[in-house]
Amino acid sequence: MIAAIGSRLMQAVLVMLAVTAIAFVMFRYVGDPVAMMSREDATPAEKAELRSSLGLDRPVLVQYGGFVTRVLRGDLGNSFRNQRPVVELLAERLPATLELVLVATLLALAVGLPLGVFCALKPDGAIARAIQTLSLVGISMPTFVTGIALILVFSVTLRWLPSFGRGDVVHVGGWTTGFLTWTGLTSLILPAITLALYQLTLIMRLVRAEMIDVLSSDYIRFAKARGLPAHYINFRLALRNALMPVVTVTGLQIGSLIAFAIVTETVFQWPGMGLLFIQAVSFADVPVMAAYLLFVGFLFVVINMAVDVIYALIDPRLRARST
Amino acid sequence: MSSSPLGTPSRKAPVLAINGLTVEYPLADGTRLTAAADVDLEIAAGEIHALVGESGAGKTTVGNALMGLLQAPGKIAAGSIAIDGRVIDTRTGRIEGIVPGRDIGAIFQDPMTSLNPLFTVESQLCETMRHHLRLGRDEARDRALSLLRAVGIPEPERRLKAYPHQLSGGQRQRVVIASALTCDPRLIVADEPTTALDVSVQAQILKLIRGLADDRGVGVLLVTHNMGVVAEIADRVTIMLRGRVVETGPVAKVLRSPEHPYARTLIGAVPRLDVKTRRLPVPSEEGPQTAKAREAVRRQLAASGSIGTTADEILSVSKLCVEYGGHGLLPGLSGKPFRAVDEVSFTVRKGEIFGLVGESGCGKTTVANTIAGLVRPSAGEVRLAGNRIGATRPAPLRRAMQMVFQDPYSALNPRLKVAKALAEPIAFYRLAANRAEATEDAALLLEAVGLERQAGERYPHAFSGGQRQRIAIARALAPRPSFLLCDEPTSSLDVSVQAQILNLLKDISEITGLSILFISHDLAVVRQMCNRVAVMKGGRIVELADAETLFAAPRHAYTRELLSLVPSLEKL
Amino acid sequence: MSAVTARNLPRRRARLALPVSVMVALVVVAIMLFAAFAAPLIAPTDPTDVGKFDLMSSELPPAFMPDGDPRYLLGTDNQGRDLFSAILYGARISILIGGGAVLVAATLGVTLGLMAGFFGGFVDALIMRIGDVILSLPTILLALLVSGLARAISPEAATAQWAPIILIGAIAINEWVQYARTVRAATMVEASKDYVRAARVIGYSPIRIMLRHILPNVMSPVMVIATINLAAAMLTEATLSFLGVGMPPTYPSLGTLIRIGNEFVFSGIWWIATFPALVLVVLVLAVNIVGDWLRDRFNPKLTRR
Repeated sequence: MIAAIGSRLMQAVLVMLAVTAIAFVMFRYVGDPVAMMSREDATPAEKAELRSSLGLDRPVLVQYGGFVTRVLRGDLGNSFRNQRPVVELLAERLPATLELVLVATLLALAVGLPLGVFCALKPDGAIARAIQTLSLVGISMPTFVTGIALILVFSVTLRWLPSFGRGDVVHVGGWTTGFLTWTGLTSLILPAITLALYQLTLIMRLVRAEMIDVLSSDYIRFAKARGLPAHYINFRLALRNALMPVVTVTGLQIGSLIAFAIVTETVFQWPGMGLLFIQAVSFADVPVMAAYLLFVGFLFVVINMAVDVIYALIDPRLRARST
Repeated sequence: MSSSPLGTPSRKAPVLAINGLTVEYPLADGTRLTAAADVDLEIAAGEIHALVGESGAGKTTVGNALMGLLQAPGKIAAGSIAIDGRVIDTRTGRIEGIVPGRDIGAIFQDPMTSLNPLFTVESQLCETMRHHLRLGRDEARDRALSLLRAVGIPEPERRLKAYPHQLSGGQRQRVVIASALTCDPRLIVADEPTTALDVSVQAQILKLIRGLADDRGVGVLLVTHNMGVVAEIADRVTIMLRGRVVETGPVAKVLRSPEHPYARTLIGAVPRLDVKTRRLPVPSEEGPQTAKAREAVRRQLAASGSIGTTADEILSVSKLCVEYGGHGLLPGLSGKPFRAVDEVSFTVRKGEIFGLVGESGCGKTTVANTIAGLVRPSAGEVRLAGNRIGATRPAPLRRAMQMVFQDPYSALNPRLKVAKALAEPIAFYRLAANRAEATEDAALLLEAVGLERQAGERYPHAFSGGQRQRIAIARALAPRPSFLLCDEPTSSLDVSVQAQILNLLKDISEITGLSILFISHDLAVVRQMCNRVAVMKGGRIVELADAETLFAAPRHAYTRELLSLVPSLEKL
Repeated sequence: MSAVTARNLPRRRARLALPVSVMVALVVVAIMLFAAFAAPLIAPTDPTDVGKFDLMSSELPPAFMPDGDPRYLLGTDNQGRDLFSAILYGARISILIGGGAVLVAATLGVTLGLMAGFFGGFVDALIMRIGDVILSLPTILLALLVSGLARAISPEAATAQWAPIILIGAIAINEWVQYARTVRAATMVEASKDYVRAARVIGYSPIRIMLRHILPNVMSPVMVIATINLAAAMLTEATLSFLGVGMPPTYPSLGTLIRIGNEFVFSGIWWIATFPALVLVVLVLAVNIVGDWLRDRFNPKLTRR
């Protein structure tokens, strides 16, 4: 198992190197940082000075090395748009996105898992078929359509819930949280549902497929031949077997939820990293784009590794070698 | 060993009494498929009763019906079942009032898939007990320990905490047997309990089952297709064909002098271990075209068999070694290489059938794959008609060697019509002048293997396993080879079909003079087919001799052991 | 040895027995395809003709509402464009981009997957590593990056001519990995089957084996993936357009229209966003229904040997 972790680490390092390379290429070659940062009427001499002060006249590999060391030190440059350090901007926005993603994940699991199990146990029932159809609709609706629809119904028509922003937040240490205020919580509802919907249907369909698969396996058949009661077989045995791949998929989904949050944050004007990224894209604010890429790439790699480790821990076939 | 001849009422109620059992599957279009019809069966305490038949006979259906495992929409349409004198209610089409696991124990074929990979042995043994007998945790554990000891598992305390993948195949099946015994049932249904196991392990498990029947007075319904197993441990046997019982009675009588014609065919088809017969005594299904076609094929092979056959040896293998592994995940981390084949040497003479036999894992399949060029050897060489061959063969030799594989269901490209699959190699090697000739050659091949020409117009899925294997053999003959490699060609087939295919191979070899390397784990089959035999164990050849000599007077201890362990009819 | 299970029961000769929902879905898809590609012929006006924009008739409600104008079936947008025409053209571009992305991804993915599965070794490792790196980034992110980079490099990228190509590339760059992985796995399964081993022993060349024997047998999962992928690709394109980095307002896709309409939702002008959204969801849903049915139909566990 140590060897497996070792190869995973190597893979993670490779991925990070690739990601930093892309980020570096973006920084260096896309657009002209000098032109973007100097005044309109700067003289060639001033531009040359700016260029060398930015280190842009040194060999490419040296620049890449410098880039990587800066990244490791936490210096991701300044935003073109407002000249503030990118790291600061990211740190400000991080709590908003993470809280949203966390609530959305919990929601997706809390609803998707039971629904999936239910549909697997009675696949031909009327309710199960209805849920299946609805789930098809669920994965056919783009996130932004869901968001707009929810806003139309709950904010514009019914006026129950706020439609944009995060509400009031409380500063705790370096973190800002919306969990502790009423407006913070109500503002969280619609965006969380929007973000959760796609993932919820995915989880539901996956759990259903896995359960049906497991229920037709030999060892479940053997358990039936031993006369074990149905609810024991379904919930204590089959569910356990079916949940294994679900763990992997959910873990990976958290990463893509962070990406999907971009859309949700745009619709609801939620002040998270996703909104920051979109604004950077439309302004061609390369440092912010590159930094977001690095951060998300890093997060993905960490999550992937964590998922692998967790999987190795819960699957006895991977955990212990044969005696 | 108590047995009661059919018809004599025994004083104690039989453990199992089935009368007129009929199982049906209503189909979507309103008709009904009858999987079992009017089955009568009786098992006394301590009796092992074998239920025998080929695919589709209905034997598994009867077993499933007893255990309540009939897959919907199958149901019991008629008949009565009584366990230990208690009649079971079957009006609902399923068994009611009897509890599987408590009153009936079950043993399935494949222990790897019967046990849940995510739960320990203890958990799987105890859950049945705690549910049915309401035992506390410690009580259940103690009982589990004693059961493990009863089935012969060493160090039971350690094994309790283990997961299924940490046990060997034989140990897993012992655990399965233990779990069948947990609630002291009167009846055990064993569905092909040793088919997935090695010969030596099989012998141990059979002995275990026999011992359990004797010691505990449990009645065992042994569902199997292997007549040797029946001869080895069963007291009485019932033979089924297409859902009906055709013969039943004490094992010794039925196997020595069967009455029903099908029973005679079935038992006759079992390859004998004691003497080699010229052909296996099964009725041939081949038509009048066959002989003509075979003569045509013979002529073709003689004319364009690609080896100038002056040499006496067609194939020679010298000091062949194949290693796997040996590379760690990162450079510097070394894994130990595994020697699948260790200095194997033998030759195949022109026109002979050479047998390579051994248990699973002995390396015989690796040898076959290496000779065929599918695997790279790490040392040693293979020569075909004197020329060295490896992953690629020099052009004139390319079609000289062909192969027939074990699984007929994956041996044919599902998307190619049969005629096309046969014509392709003929066209590829330009053995025919034009397309019409190629098509004619393909048709001849089909007839030569006992099928009709029209079979060429269909796709593989339209054929049975035996027919597909015939097509595979025809395809192997299409490039007009001089040497045929057969890797377990009949191991996946029913007994009677196996006999037909073996006869086919014998006929072809006799008529065309083709040399064959025949690989199998089944000693009886090898006895019937081969002129000379090599026995393999652990990657090495332990004995190589004439078939007659090897079987009559084996010299190596392992050969002797293997021969003694094989369950066979001759031991009756 | 084979038990009579429900699966082995002989079935009646299969007519084209499609469930009702699937037939409806196919009809819907057919109608949409036709309408979208016949757009230049059946649309009352040309929404891409900038000269025709009539700001005087902007933001008019649909014809069936009290103060609607009968000329405009579904109302007009903020530029005075007829929404019905805009939706027709928008659907066309959405389908084109989605279909284009699937085509590119499938071709690339199937080729690489075949090679990886058949040759194994270094080729396999290389292709899979690249795929892993690409998969570490979510589709949306990758697509956004590509679009954003394209814009940063050249402002022309935002124009109607280049945007479709960039969008196709942005979506396909992530999608091909899925095809490659599936085809690789299927190829490895087929390659271990005896008919492929037989083909090798017969002496056929590797190319011949890959193309004539393996490829036809691995295509069915590809078709299933392609259909489901089409839906996902259309959604991705719509999302990108909604975020502002997709099709520009001068040649709007359904996503762009929704983006435009989003700003008017609060002032009661609901139709600009709603109708395109409805059309988009119905289209994607229909494709998903077909894809789902295909997946069940081609499920290897349900087909007889």
